[in-house]
Amino acid sequence: MRKPAPIHQNDFPFDHLLSIEDLKPAHITHLLNLAEKATIPKTQRPKKQDILKGITQINLFFEPSTRTQSSFELAGKRLGADIMNMSVKTSSVTKGETLLDTATTLNAMRPDLLVVRHHAAGAVELLAQKMDCSVINAGDGSHQHPTQALLDALTIRRNKGRLEGLTVAICGDILHSRVARSNIQLLSAMNVRVRIIAPSTLLPPFPESLGAEVFNTMAEGLKGVDVIMMLRLQRERMQGSFVPSEREYFHIFGLDPRRVALASEDVMIMHPGPMNRGVEIDSRVVNDPRCVIEEQVEMGVAVRMAVLQALSQHLWSQPAT
Amino acid sequence: MTFATPKSLTGQKGVLSFINARLVDPASGTDEAGGLLVEDGIIIDSGPHLLKNAPVGANTINCQGHILAPGIVDMQVYTGEPGLEHRETFASASRAAAAGGVTTMIVMPNTQPVIDAVALVDFIERRARDTAIVNIHPMAAMTRQLEGQDISELGLLQEAGAVAFTNSKPSVTNSKVMRNILAYAHDFNALVVHNIEDSDLAANGVMNEGLVSSRLGLPGIPREAEIIMLERDIQLVGLTQGRYHAAQISCGQSLDVIRKAKQTSLPVTCGVSINHLSLNENDIGPYKTFMKMKPPLRTEDDRMALVEGIRSGEIDVIVSAHDPKDADLKRRPFEEASYGAVGLETMLAAAFRLYHSEGIDLLTLLRPLTTNPARLLGLECGKLSVGSPADLMIVDIETPWMVNLEEMSSRSRNTPFEGARMQGRVTKTFIAGQCVFEL
Repeated sequence: MRKPAPIHQNDFPFDHLLSIEDLKPAHITHLLNLAEKATIPKTQRPKKQDILKGITQINLFFEPSTRTQSSFELAGKRLGADIMNMSVKTSSVTKGETLLDTATTLNAMRPDLLVVRHHAAGAVELLAQKMDCSVINAGDGSHQHPTQALLDALTIRRNKGRLEGLTVAICGDILHSRVARSNIQLLSAMNVRVRIIAPSTLLPPFPESLGAEVFNTMAEGLKGVDVIMMLRLQRERMQGSFVPSEREYFHIFGLDPRRVALASEDVMIMHPGPMNRGVEIDSRVVNDPRCVIEEQVEMGVAVRMAVLQALSQHLWSQPAT
Repeated sequence: MTFATPKSLTGQKGVLSFINARLVDPASGTDEAGGLLVEDGIIIDSGPHLLKNAPVGANTINCQGHILAPGIVDMQVYTGEPGLEHRETFASASRAAAAGGVTTMIVMPNTQPVIDAVALVDFIERRARDTAIVNIHPMAAMTRQLEGQDISELGLLQEAGAVAFTNSKPSVTNSKVMRNILAYAHDFNALVVHNIEDSDLAANGVMNEGLVSSRLGLPGIPREAEIIMLERDIQLVGLTQGRYHAAQISCGQSLDVIRKAKQTSLPVTCGVSINHLSLNENDIGPYKTFMKMKPPLRTEDDRMALVEGIRSGEIDVIVSAHDPKDADLKRRPFEEASYGAVGLETMLAAAFRLYHSEGIDLLTLLRPLTTNPARLLGLECGKLSVGSPADLMIVDIETPWMVNLEEMSSRSRNTPFEGARMQGRVTKTFIAGQCVFEL
């Protein structure tokens, strides 16, 4: 969010987390460090802390989501927050309420943290303007998914020990991907060289302006990269409108062992999920030890804990009204 | 007239020498007396030094001072195979091609079934190899079933051997789809060949909209139906940088549009059919349905503008637009008759009219028939360079003859040139050094 908190100056001086674009490298590093501390050993019990005790967190999902929503829920619970999940099916949105009316209604319930996913780009920011609490963007249309970019960065940093100087290739449907946009911004901010590989039909106009090098073939794009980040291609987009068929897409852009071999030997293979085996990624690659998809999910919880924690800091500093 | 059979084409072996020829090679701009050497189907040498002297032991063909030129590459040929073999097969079309000096023909995908899948491209190539006596390459459908909606598998089709992509007769009216086709094709450097007609504007028109249609009481197709579609396409080329070829233009204004696009360095080229360089709407006369084609024949001014486009080199390709239709589809009232005309056998002779009567020199005339289409399609043929396949024609450019339906090889006889007087004719045609046609 553009508005830094007026009174309290800390390492994360924001009311909301809406876009990676707002963050400076120092803020990103701060969140990653915080998340690193939030990762817990497999054997640790109890897992729950009370940092957010008495805080109300609402997860408002206008788009179906399994992993992001449960990841936010788990993150909040581990920090001791009280959590309410709202999804579109059960909300008054299906009864015709506008987004801003929903915001007003929710605001009256006095939540402290609001996690929102919406199918329209910019919708979360619009909602944030009406809310008195902290808003976290859990994905808005093809625009932003900041916590995904943070968890990807954390996963890379833990495996490679650094971000700076690495080369990351992001492959697939860049045009419709909020994951790609957030990742490109975050990684370029951290001095990572970003490549994007996609058919021209799945690239936004002026793709170089995003801060990435553009390739139309895997053979060129994957050469020597340290990280391969695959994106999911939605089924309805590969039946002739953007890509002729799943078969052709896999033939040209699918990640198989032959193509992985083009990258550097200790390449990391990532995917934000859910993946389509045989469409964008070969099963053999998923089973490759260099594939870190599970770790990404684990880091997802840690990063979201860090974000909730960072945003909640200013809650205590504000005088009670 | 004698033709080779596919079975007799087992590959030319050893050295074959053409002597006493007038070498005409538009690719290098050569027009000189000389000779040419072929070994195992490939051109290995050419030039004035071979005019008289064949190497010892070589098979020698004396061209008797006639033109020796690369065979024609015809970018737009409709056959009836697969599905409508009674109109034309690869076998009959390839004989017509050989008789007309066409050594490579590109067949269109609007067959039954539509050529929009890898297996069908394979089928075309296998059938061509087994039954045809000239080279045949498929142009594949750029949208599934040619419906203008879903992009077909351009990448896989190209790998299988499709030399370019087209929507055949119906234009892609949906601009978003056309944009995505051009953008997607750009990734493979594939050529998108578009037949341009705004079908809503053309509506039920059957000939050029103008004085003649008004007099004949026939619904017309305005030039604007072509120009609007062409201008739209060029805007989309600007957006995507996809390689674009307008299959056929039919009027002077379309040439203006092409010229402007080329001046801004867009990857745009265009073709014209031999019919539109030879005939105009007045030839329809008393409802001659063999003159009914798409795009329709325009006015004499348009024809002259197109001829100037050939002279200036702004038109890249001449096609036969060979479209065999049986008599019962053609011999109907004009509005009900089918579109299309055969042209493989008469294309070169009709083109020579531009040489004899319009003063276009041979190199300029042969460029859009040979090297230009070959280059656009990424084929090695169409030139007399060392290393190119010896796909050649020997042409007697002076002898007059008359188009006789009985002598035509095509299975359909819907020629607009029946009884026409021509000057200049192919006397021999070679595929990879093997003679496939002899007059």
